[in-house]
Amino acid sequence: MSLPATVAELVREFRAGARIVIVGASLAGLRAAETLREEGFTGSLTIIGDEPYEPYDRPPLSKQVLKGWVPADHTKLPRTREVNADWRLGVAAVGLDRITKRVRLADGEQVPYDRLLIATGTRARQWPNPAEAALEGVHTIRSRDDAAELQKELAESPSRVVVIGAGFIGSEVASVCRELDIPVTVVERGPAPLVGALGGVIGEIAAQMQRDHGVDLRCGLGVSSLEGDSGGHVRRAHLSDGTVVDADVVVASLGSIRNVEWLEGSGLAAGVWGVGCDAGGRAFDINGVVTDSIFVAGDVARAPHVLYEYQFLAMEHWDNAVLGAEVAAHNMVNLEPNYRPHLLLPGFWSGQFGVNIKSVGVPPFGDEIVFTQGSVADRSFAAAYGHRGRIVAAVTFDHGKWLEYYGKLIERSGPFPPPPSGWDQPADTKPVPAEFPDPRVPTAIPDVVLTGHAPSERTAEFRPRRH
Amino acid sequence: MRIVVDLNRCQGYAQCVYLAHEVFRLSGQEALTYEPNPDDARRLQVERAAAACPVQAIMIDRLDGTERGEAS
Repeated sequence: MSLPATVAELVREFRAGARIVIVGASLAGLRAAETLREEGFTGSLTIIGDEPYEPYDRPPLSKQVLKGWVPADHTKLPRTREVNADWRLGVAAVGLDRITKRVRLADGEQVPYDRLLIATGTRARQWPNPAEAALEGVHTIRSRDDAAELQKELAESPSRVVVIGAGFIGSEVASVCRELDIPVTVVERGPAPLVGALGGVIGEIAAQMQRDHGVDLRCGLGVSSLEGDSGGHVRRAHLSDGTVVDADVVVASLGSIRNVEWLEGSGLAAGVWGVGCDAGGRAFDINGVVTDSIFVAGDVARAPHVLYEYQFLAMEHWDNAVLGAEVAAHNMVNLEPNYRPHLLLPGFWSGQFGVNIKSVGVPPFGDEIVFTQGSVADRSFAAAYGHRGRIVAAVTFDHGKWLEYYGKLIERSGPFPPPPSGWDQPADTKPVPAEFPDPRVPTAIPDVVLTGHAPSERTAEFRPRRH
Repeated sequence: MRIVVDLNRCQGYAQCVYLAHEVFRLSGQEALTYEPNPDDARRLQVERAAAACPVQAIMIDRLDGTERGEAS
């Protein structure tokens, strides 16, 4: 038998009788399962999820669900096809043994796999003081249950809500509060909202937008402690400048933590930024060698991106989960040369204060920004981000129809400032610094050390910083 | 029934809002919000809205109305 015939036979046999396990039953896990079946995989498929619910969509949770229009359980994701999977919902994966190829579950069961997809996503970073975090009225928002609980309290017209952290989620929560006519104080450590994602220039516009909608926005401040009453309900937030804000509801929107703890000891390249993988979704082991049987997709994946100098990008975006899962699933049931790359131009959206904020590319990769269309005063504009004379990202406020134009420029490595779009240009088109914070603070990355003396023993090891 | 709108693709043309305003809403000029699991009685409206979307951003569950042999 010739070699190509052998490979084709291998693929055929694998698709017919192999065992695939997907850890993570959210958007990425579901779309991967559907793609596997679409690609002709008829073997056994197991989907493991720590939440007791079938896959649901998260973006509505901080918007129409919080507002009280859509119930939290009305977010079940539509299916593209039947997946005929063995669903293990409500039980978390707690360990991975790559030698015996088994996933260990919280209930002690071990699930064997021939190919594994890691799609465990992220969780909300909790308020760091556990006693204060346990007070009634203190919330984070990531899951269906989180949203349902917070919505219930917002519906009871609290005297004031304090939102800690003005990223996208925090800003959306503040927006919903104002729509419901609830007084809200937003406390942000940085100089303005959305600074990490969009830089200080756009952050200043977002700050003005919040204030115009009646948000009590306090930037450059932290919350030093939360104070409860005798009944264990939060009543007050103490800010780092010594001021005190009375509130019945506190929402900690402090970003997310990647769910990688269950991979400790597995020898995969898993760390605070996620699980390293190649652009085809194949996981790297700790030495940076690609594995053949383990794949990664969604929020927990980080892969080198050709458009961004092959930097490893972790993207907590909806379309990254969908398209990354489709690529990983395709590659799970194919062999070289039929692998596909996941070369997504990142994009996201956020509806807040009646404005549609959308972005394409990687804004923090830019160091300059230029307003290219529309009017900042009207909060209806497009702006482009540049790095070394090249356009690397764009953001729009209520100008989403133009995003495709900028996306095409970014894909072609177009010049910065970009050529005039020929429509709706503002008077001032001079680039200015985009004002991103130093990406190295405040999150410390783990140390990587090399071990072993002889070349044959040489290996890498993560030594996470405990702090 | 179940739907999801790809809001990266959505450009706020609002055709869906005209055709099924109980299911799709605009917040301001361009930000679309919607009921992801609308009542089955809205099916025809939602199907028309999905067909009318200029950027084809509305996905409808292809298993709707069939028996789900799995988690529900």
